[in-house]
Amino acid sequence: MNQFFSNIDAYQIWMATQETLWMLGGSLFFTLLFGLPLGVLLFLTGPRQLFAQKGFYAILSLITNILRSLPFIILMIVMIPITVLITGTSLGVAGAIPPLVVGATPFFARLVETALREVDRGIIEATQAMGATTKQIIFNALLPEARPGIIAATTVTAITLVSYTAMAGAVGAGGLGDLAIRYGYQRFQTDVMVVTVLLLLVLVQLLQSLGDRLVVHFSRK
Amino acid sequence: MIEFQQVYKTYAAKGREIQALKPIDLEIPAGRIYGLIGHSGAGKSTLLRLINRLEDPGGGRIKVAGQDVTQLNASELRAFRRQVGMIFQHFNLLSSQTVADNVALPLKLAGEFSRQQIRDKVQRLLQRVGLEDQANKYPAQLSGGQKQRVGIARALATDPKILLCDEATSALDPQTTAQVLDLLNEINRELGLTLVLITHEMDVIRRICDQVAVLDAGELVEQGPVSEVFLHPQHPTTQRFVQEAEQMNEEKLHEDFDRVEGRILRLTFKGETTYEPLLAEVARQTGVDFTLLAGRIDRIRDLPYGQLTVAFKGGDLEAARQRLQDAGVHLEELR
Ligand SMILES: Nc1ncnc2c1ncn2[C@@H]1O[C@H](COP(=O)(O)OP(=O)(O)OP(=O)(O)O)[C@@H](O)[C@H]1O
Ligand SMILES: [Mg+2]
Repeated sequence: MNQFFSNIDAYQIWMATQETLWMLGGSLFFTLLFGLPLGVLLFLTGPRQLFAQKGFYAILSLITNILRSLPFIILMIVMIPITVLITGTSLGVAGAIPPLVVGATPFFARLVETALREVDRGIIEATQAMGATTKQIIFNALLPEARPGIIAATTVTAITLVSYTAMAGAVGAGGLGDLAIRYGYQRFQTDVMVVTVLLLLVLVQLLQSLGDRLVVHFSRK
Repeated sequence: MIEFQQVYKTYAAKGREIQALKPIDLEIPAGRIYGLIGHSGAGKSTLLRLINRLEDPGGGRIKVAGQDVTQLNASELRAFRRQVGMIFQHFNLLSSQTVADNVALPLKLAGEFSRQQIRDKVQRLLQRVGLEDQANKYPAQLSGGQKQRVGIARALATDPKILLCDEATSALDPQTTAQVLDLLNEINRELGLTLVLITHEMDVIRRICDQVAVLDAGELVEQGPVSEVFLHPQHPTTQRFVQEAEQMNEEKLHEDFDRVEGRILRLTFKGETTYEPLLAEVARQTGVDFTLLAGRIDRIRDLPYGQLTVAFKGGDLEAARQRLQDAGVHLEELR
């Protein structure tokens, strides 16, 4: 047993875990920040919705789909110049966050759009009949009613981001994924691979159960 | 008063035009309960939703209290909508909010009330609909009837002058329906609200409406006081609705006709004459014999009425007719 884990450097793993958490936290923050309004916009301009705008929706939808269909690893490479422009580096946690955000935002926005579409039309109508402005409809009816769906969307996005951070590790972002590739894969240190994968699994499990709990807490149906 | 002048509505669906409402003229008097009845797809909801402009008319004028609501700009429309409450078949409550928060929502949106004012108002409204002890529950924890009461409390929050009810009782069982209708009746009486109520059940119309309009395939085919339309329906669609409500079976009734002799009349009593021993008196005085074939004694809103199908034999039928007519009974010859 001891022999199997001979390559484990607790400090190194701790540092890598921290990097992963920073990447996750930072990218999740910005993904929510940009993705939520984008999702609302997609919803509002969609077919038969409050602000149905055929052309605008089609363009927005296309951009979202292009970004979603691009493999993340390619997105990272393509984005290097922009990343450097924003953060000054394409390496480390800071260098990983812009491509993570660009990769996850369209994904999250689509999930938000779907969650908003699940809200009963009758509720929008009832709120309109009260004399609400569009802004009031969004903040007082749509978002509260879609809250469980949006929390579930956040959970899925966070978990997707965990796997993206592991991929980002391959191109110099650091974190657990980087460790798994450099030691576990390239140097055949299986024990490092096992530990990092286990840590990633624990992280995913934690995110999922936290998300599920919140969904249950906010579901009144 | 709500006035429709040549109002119509078409929907474009898949390149085809659906004429949901043909040009309609309608006057809904203030302070009354006005019923709209029609089969599914007749255009009832469309007509109702034109009143608070959830739909825009294809053309024509809609006036509410003298104001042309088709001319309102966005902010005027929002202010106008606050004077028009609406309740729905499926309640449309926010599932994420408590009963109290649902009722508070229109007040919050209006943005003119303090928290304390809202809290007091919500409490009064919940008391009004008999739900003061459910304030902190979520809609999912309530029965259908309770949900509709919340819907009513919410619709009344901004002290509207008009209440629009789109199939408000269609999702409820008969007993709960009766309770909700009683509540709507009280609200009309106590607050003087104008109610416009959609239904596909004539019984709902009979119980609480003063006036009724019958819609058939986007056309207004009959309208008038419920006592007129219900007791003397003219249009086939109206007749069918009434027969359904009275659980009358015309065919069976006509079979029964073959088993009796003499003339067959339908007598309609309205108001106090319903309770007078008129038929027996007339029979005694004129020597006619009578057989009851079908009948019902009930109320239209508060008006007692009776409608009897009677076969008369022997005696002086002409005199009997004269006496019944003098007493205010409406006669219709069936055979
Ligand atoms: N948004 C819409 N787009 C296209 N057609 C519509 C729309 N809303 C209603 N219609 C059509 O207009 C007609 C009248 O509809 P409406 O909802 O007013 O009927 P209704 O009398 O309320 O029926 P129900 O009793 O089923 O509620 C129907 O033929 C319906 O299909
Ligand atoms: Mg309808």
